[in-house]
Amino acid sequence: MSGGFTSSHLVYLVQSIGWTLVLSVLAFVLGGIGGFCVMLARISPRAWLSRAALVYIEAIQGIPLLILLFIVYFGLSVYGYQVPALVAAGLALMVYSSAYLGDIWRGCIEAMPKPQWEASECLSLTRWQTLRLVIIPQAMRLALPPTVGFLVQLIKMTSLASVIGFVELTRAGQIINNSIFQPFLIFGLVGAFYFVLCYPLSRWSQSMENKLNVSNR
Amino acid sequence: MFSLDFTPLLPYWPTFLLGAWLTLKMTCVAVFFGLILGMLVAFAKRAKVPVLTRVCILYIEAVRNTPFLVQIFLLYFGLASIGLRMPTFAAAALAMTINIGAYAAEIIRAGLESVPRGQIEAAECLGLSKWRIGWHVMLQPSIEKVYPALTSQFLLMMQASAIASQISAEELTAVANTVQSDTFRSLETYIVVAGLYLVLSLIIKLIAWAVGEHLFKRRRAIRLAAKRAGTTPPDSQRIDTVIPGGAA
Amino acid sequence: MSAIVKVGDIHKSFGSNHVLKGVSFEVNKGEMIAVIGASGSGKSTALRCIDRLETIDQGQIEVCGIRVDDPKVDLHLLRREVGIVFQSYNLFPHLTVEENIMLALRHVKKMSSDEARRIAMNVLEQVGLAQKADAYPEQLSGGQQQRVAIARSLAMSPKVMLFDEVTSALDPQLTGEVLRVMEDLAADGMTMLLVTHEMAFAKRVADRIIYMHQGKVWEVGDGSMLDAPRTPELRAFLDNGL
Repeated sequence: MSGGFTSSHLVYLVQSIGWTLVLSVLAFVLGGIGGFCVMLARISPRAWLSRAALVYIEAIQGIPLLILLFIVYFGLSVYGYQVPALVAAGLALMVYSSAYLGDIWRGCIEAMPKPQWEASECLSLTRWQTLRLVIIPQAMRLALPPTVGFLVQLIKMTSLASVIGFVELTRAGQIINNSIFQPFLIFGLVGAFYFVLCYPLSRWSQSMENKLNVSNR
Repeated sequence: MFSLDFTPLLPYWPTFLLGAWLTLKMTCVAVFFGLILGMLVAFAKRAKVPVLTRVCILYIEAVRNTPFLVQIFLLYFGLASIGLRMPTFAAAALAMTINIGAYAAEIIRAGLESVPRGQIEAAECLGLSKWRIGWHVMLQPSIEKVYPALTSQFLLMMQASAIASQISAEELTAVANTVQSDTFRSLETYIVVAGLYLVLSLIIKLIAWAVGEHLFKRRRAIRLAAKRAGTTPPDSQRIDTVIPGGAA
Repeated sequence: MSAIVKVGDIHKSFGSNHVLKGVSFEVNKGEMIAVIGASGSGKSTALRCIDRLETIDQGQIEVCGIRVDDPKVDLHLLRREVGIVFQSYNLFPHLTVEENIMLALRHVKKMSSDEARRIAMNVLEQVGLAQKADAYPEQLSGGQQQRVAIARSLAMSPKVMLFDEVTSALDPQLTGEVLRVMEDLAADGMTMLLVTHEMAFAKRVADRIIYMHQGKVWEVGDGSMLDAPRTPELRAFLDNGL
């Protein structure tokens, strides 16, 4: 064991949290946009579009994020694109998020009662108007808890970016551990930092869900 | 223009299959023990012992709010640092069991809480003991209700097993890493492996469906009766992924 | 005649709500007692206290010689003597009708499968539902489910059966079939205590009627009490058709 855990190590860890957050936000925003498109495709009355979206969702949901990450990373490099790890990880996480968020949001839209659609139709609103003005505003309440829940998953999944060398919180921990080998302390700290990031979001999601269930009773 | 060339991978197909088998084995072991752990924790959390409840809450929240990669590092390297060197398969399976246990506990707890108080009272008034009530009146209908959420969670866990490759455990992703470094066909290797994971997912979904049909005779009987009567069976009792799943 | 149930001056409060304010009555062997009253009069609470689903703050309750209010009471012994049927039937949804009845027979009375099945089919015949033995509760109507619930309690051969507003959740046309079963039970000599809103039934079948008002036993009598109530409260209650 060479040396101990110093304050500069701690600063290094804390700084890496910034990168974890950058990657999380990037993936969430881009994945959200993608997920919205996937959701629209999935509820589309055009059968081929809906089926294509279904295949996309089932495929992405059926493979580990790590494999997806490798495919994006190596795929980009064999086609001649030398991208920084942040971009590769961001892209992979964006694809992953779009599939999951698209599926979650589709479920929320489909949970909206049929009479709502019928009422708008009878007011001669177009399908897009109905979605925008009637269905989505109502579905958002239902969608908020699982979306925040997924954000928690996303923050945890940024840890996999460490595998392709992106220096976020987990990688920072690995680097420090490789030099001073105190895994309990270091990974315990790393876990604690993730906990601090994730737990408030988890609780928020849970309390929103509880409020929804009470009002639904 | 680069073109995909899968031919160098052909001689490796037994290696790929072995990796898939190891992943399946690891997942099944973890699911089996994780389910038992989850049931125990679900009941322990509801027991009226405050210390026990707090420990369960700590366990569940710690697992659900930290990445699986960090959990497996903590377990494997942490134990190594105090002299406990485990075989990587065991360490991975153990980490997965602990992870599944937390998620399963919450899912099962939701199922237990949905059992109407009246049925528990009726069972008490028939003289059934606490253990019998727990098993017959609470756990059995709960498992049926939360079965979809449980199977999704197990599928997620199988995918999380890929992370075990990071401590060099023997499973499909580790095999992929080896093959791609041998053949220099990295993209093709991972595409093949992605396909294999999809196949594994399908196999697990099939097994889960068959187990469900066998265990939950009620669903089958009601579906058959409804078909005979020409009506559609109600599916009002299911609890679908209410709890945000996800393992990694 | 021996008293199967002896309730002596019981008091019960839920928080600051004093629900039972000194209730006393006895149920003799083979009697059918109907307890009537407005909601909030405490009648369901009193019933639930007899099977120790609620504990009393004061007073004594004795069932078949067992002191129910004793904190160390043997609940298993008590619940073998007392059968209770609830308003919401509380059948176990994942078991067939037959399995619902057999569950306690096999695990509490430790009977073999065959013995339990024999008894289950027996009680199902008694309530007229033998042909539904393999059905699941959700496939039955409310009235049928309630009859199964009665059969389930009956199968344990209790010495006294308690009925907590068992027809209140049923459509009027389904109430009849349940009341018929209860009348048959009474004719067979079962000791029964029921909380009910079915005045006509109570008048015709019950040996005694207890009217409760605001946590106390207000009037006791036989069916004629309902034609000529002595107290203004009972008169008002009957006039309101509650």
